[in-house]
Amino acid sequence: MTTATAPNVTATAECRDADLLDERKKQVHRAGQGPIDMACNRESLAGAVSQRACVFCGSRVVLYPIADALHLVHGPIGCAAYTWDIRGALSSGPELHRLSFSTDLQEKDVIFGGEKKLAAALDELIDLHQPKAAFVYSTCIVGLIGDDLGAVCRKMSEKKGIPVIPVQSEGFKGNKREGYLAACKAMFQLVGTAPTDDVSPLSVNILGDFNLAGEIWIVRGYLERMGIQVVANITGDGRVDDIRRCHGAALNLVQCSGSTMDLAKMMKEKYGTPHLRVSYLGIEDMADSLYAVAEHFESVDPGIVERTRDLVRDELAALMPRLRDIRRDLTGKRAAIYVGGSFKAFSLIKAFRHIGMNVVLVGSQTGTQEEYQELETVCDPGTVIIDDANPLELSHYVRELDVDVFVGGVKERPIAHKLGVGFCDHNHERKIALAGFEGMYNFAREVHASVMSPVWRFVPRRARRATVPAGADA
Amino acid sequence: MTLDYVANDGLCADEYSDSCGCGGSCADGCADGCADGCADGCGCTEAPGAGPETAPDDCGLAPVSLKAAPSTSGGKPGKAPRPKRPDFVSTTNACKLCTPLGAMLAFRGVEGAVPFLHGSQGCATYMRRYVISHYREPMDIASSSLGEKQAVYGGGPNLKKGILNVMKKYDPVLVGVATTCLTETIGDDVGGYLREFRNEFGDLDLPDIVHVHTPSYNGTHMEGWNAAVRALVDQLAKDKVEPHGKVALLPGFVSPADLRHLRDLVTDFGSDAVILPDLSDPLDGPALEDYTPLPEGGTPLADIRALSGAAAVIECGCSLAMTPVGSTGPATAGRVLHERFGLPLHAVGLPIGLRETDALVAALEAITGKPLPRRHELERGRFVDALVDGHKYVSGKRAVVYGEADLVIGLVSLLTEIGVHTVLAATGTRGAHLAESIAAVTEGLLPAMPTVIEGADFEEIADTAEGLSPDLLVGNSKGYRYARQWNIPLVRAGFPIHDRFGGHRLLHVGYAGAQALMDRVVNAVIEKTQSDSPVGYCYL
Ligand code: SF4
Ligand code: SF4
Repeated sequence: MTTATAPNVTATAECRDADLLDERKKQVHRAGQGPIDMACNRESLAGAVSQRACVFCGSRVVLYPIADALHLVHGPIGCAAYTWDIRGALSSGPELHRLSFSTDLQEKDVIFGGEKKLAAALDELIDLHQPKAAFVYSTCIVGLIGDDLGAVCRKMSEKKGIPVIPVQSEGFKGNKREGYLAACKAMFQLVGTAPTDDVSPLSVNILGDFNLAGEIWIVRGYLERMGIQVVANITGDGRVDDIRRCHGAALNLVQCSGSTMDLAKMMKEKYGTPHLRVSYLGIEDMADSLYAVAEHFESVDPGIVERTRDLVRDELAALMPRLRDIRRDLTGKRAAIYVGGSFKAFSLIKAFRHIGMNVVLVGSQTGTQEEYQELETVCDPGTVIIDDANPLELSHYVRELDVDVFVGGVKERPIAHKLGVGFCDHNHERKIALAGFEGMYNFAREVHASVMSPVWRFVPRRARRATVPAGADA
Repeated sequence: MTLDYVANDGLCADEYSDSCGCGGSCADGCADGCADGCADGCGCTEAPGAGPETAPDDCGLAPVSLKAAPSTSGGKPGKAPRPKRPDFVSTTNACKLCTPLGAMLAFRGVEGAVPFLHGSQGCATYMRRYVISHYREPMDIASSSLGEKQAVYGGGPNLKKGILNVMKKYDPVLVGVATTCLTETIGDDVGGYLREFRNEFGDLDLPDIVHVHTPSYNGTHMEGWNAAVRALVDQLAKDKVEPHGKVALLPGFVSPADLRHLRDLVTDFGSDAVILPDLSDPLDGPALEDYTPLPEGGTPLADIRALSGAAAVIECGCSLAMTPVGSTGPATAGRVLHERFGLPLHAVGLPIGLRETDALVAALEAITGKPLPRRHELERGRFVDALVDGHKYVSGKRAVVYGEADLVIGLVSLLTEIGVHTVLAATGTRGAHLAESIAAVTEGLLPAMPTVIEGADFEEIADTAEGLSPDLLVGNSKGYRYARQWNIPLVRAGFPIHDRFGGHRLLHVGYAGAQALMDRVVNAVIEKTQSDSPVGYCYL
């Protein structure tokens, strides 16, 4: 393997399409140009600067919003420090999740094992904070030194009388996806451990919404107006006791299916709970999701369809006039999307159409072959589809496709900004709610605020154009 | 002298004085604080906008907006006692980052370098995000992306392949390789792999490769920074070259604005500076038309190689100066140059505040034989003038200062000069001799030695601050939750600043930096008085 790469090092002249490393070519595709065959969902290539995170990161994302649980990161300090309170997942009550707990392993722990320190840490932290449950995250090192997380957690669970749950999230054992699965397995240990007497037959759990900037409260609001009880917001503003009885709900609503579909499947298997794949981003997806829920419950409560229709009508009547001006300004502008899971990309493509914009680049960190195939069907011909991109590739396409606004996370922002391109933060650090009808307006306003700013005329790539005589695109 | 010095792990050591373990009730912690709390008139009532939170119950629909201040009684610490955490082994809200992060930053400050993390992918991505959020600049960190197999069989092949890919993609002149906890734990022989690599691919035009061991279970980002700077000098400055008379300046971990200021200072003395590392351009660059794989600027490799020809070396950082001799040769980059080539070594603190800047200036005067240039003399004079004009606003105010040891020493020194009493100085690092340095910079100017904690996390800082009635916090963004809880200002300094715009443009060093910091401290106090006042003065 190693020697095989050597000749290419000198043959840089060959690199054409985005200067792609040879091995990366299979992870880029242009919509409408032959069949899509992405070599995705594999380990990141050594030496490429990937935007991907690790298994631990995936688990942390999913479990983080459970606000009354203790989240203890078993490992050296970095893994905990980098995830301290960086997400916008809000809680309406306890905020234990916003503290960063770590066993902060030291050299002697690495040599002699960290189990004793872990037990002591759990002991003191549970006493101090009185959480409803504790999640213990395994990091790379723990996977190597062979601490028996399960045993320590079992013992502590008995001693403290709360569930203490190990999360097998050693970073090197894959990418975020494996982390999602580990998190789902951990949560599943809670499910089914509390009574469900007062659960209505018209009830759901919300999975895969992280309550960023209070988004889950928007969605809950819609569901409650439809007459539906929300048993547990599992991954946003979450509570341990809700999760324990969430198997009583009649339906699981799964958004961002990459992260929580596994949990839905486990619940289906064990409790027979059906699930619906939904999305709360953009107008159609939000409305379709609510209609799908109504349809599901129509046999139990025939009135629900009418109530849902009223709700959507009212919301749209309020929203559409507000979008009109924005759309006028943005029509014909070009957008690039690069997000964690490819499902979000679907909704975003549609959302951009609503404000008159064309999506010319779409990519994700963890999409699967099927997801990319599906994605291609909703893209315009020529749209570049990319898996696990790095900054050079992203910047290449941003320029080639003359993008006006880039939607991504914090790691993509400096690339967009350096090249003088607008940016909309669509990741977990954002502080603006983008879900629901209300969120669609916020999204449009965000994009508008960035694209319509006067600053682009001063950045080098546009400044030159601005000096071109009248008639040219300013 | 009995220092209020909590040794290492937060356990009570002998030197730990008994005066502040009382949970905030001791007279000596409160006297001053309570008096001013009441003088402010409304220190006891809620500040506007930070009213008591009406927490909706768990199932109810809460308003969709950012939450108001996280509960708390408002006002100064001590009013709602925090639960105590005696002898904790766990860390809550770390006041440090991991070792390789520092190394990655230091390597970023070399021209044409690619920072490379030998470990699993996650670490690199986390660090990039953390750095980007502060500097708002691209920060590429390559990773050898080890997976499960490599964790078992060793990361050599991935390391080599990774470097080849980096060469192809970036065409770097230097690859700075740092290890992570993972590769240190599996015992990867990075030095050996790199030797193999050079043999196997000797026919290619290879970049220089510098490597450094940075397990985070041993140290913090500052140790990583220092180790990387030392490795750059140790592994690149091997030969004695003709003297060129430049000043070698090892500035420590300071902001791009600081680095520019330091370069100007040396230039105004009529000398050229080799600043290592120099993040000023790579992490604070102009808008571009074409994305460049490697940012412009940084210390040129040729300059590092030719360091032996410098007139002298200035190494900033009190904690560095106190680093004991290591088992593998000189402990710091400055000492490598001193011992290997006999360069005069001037060990000074981070030049923050009047006296620490004077020390740097004295070193430059000695090296160049020239007096302080007029421009800086005037800056100094204006700062002294400002000290007089501003002293009443802040005299006797009580500060809690935290962050990297050397930054803390500099900030405490400055605060002491403007009349602010540091009551607590804390760092996440251990073995930095913080107490000794703090004693030195406060001597004769403070009524009492501050409490000093090494190996601190934010909860320990908060617990300790409880009894000390601080009026302000000085440090990075991560202390914000405590400033908010206690309803006192946070004056931001250092890294990371994730909750303000332009954190990397803050100036801390030199007379101009002292002035800038003083302005911010004084204004934070004034702003607090103003917003707490029922009168609404616009003339203060
Ligand atoms: S494993 Fe070590 S190097 Fe990686 S993020 Fe965690 S502390 Fe830092
Ligand atoms: S890759 Fe491993 S060590 Fe690095 S952040 Fe993830 S869990 Fe921590």
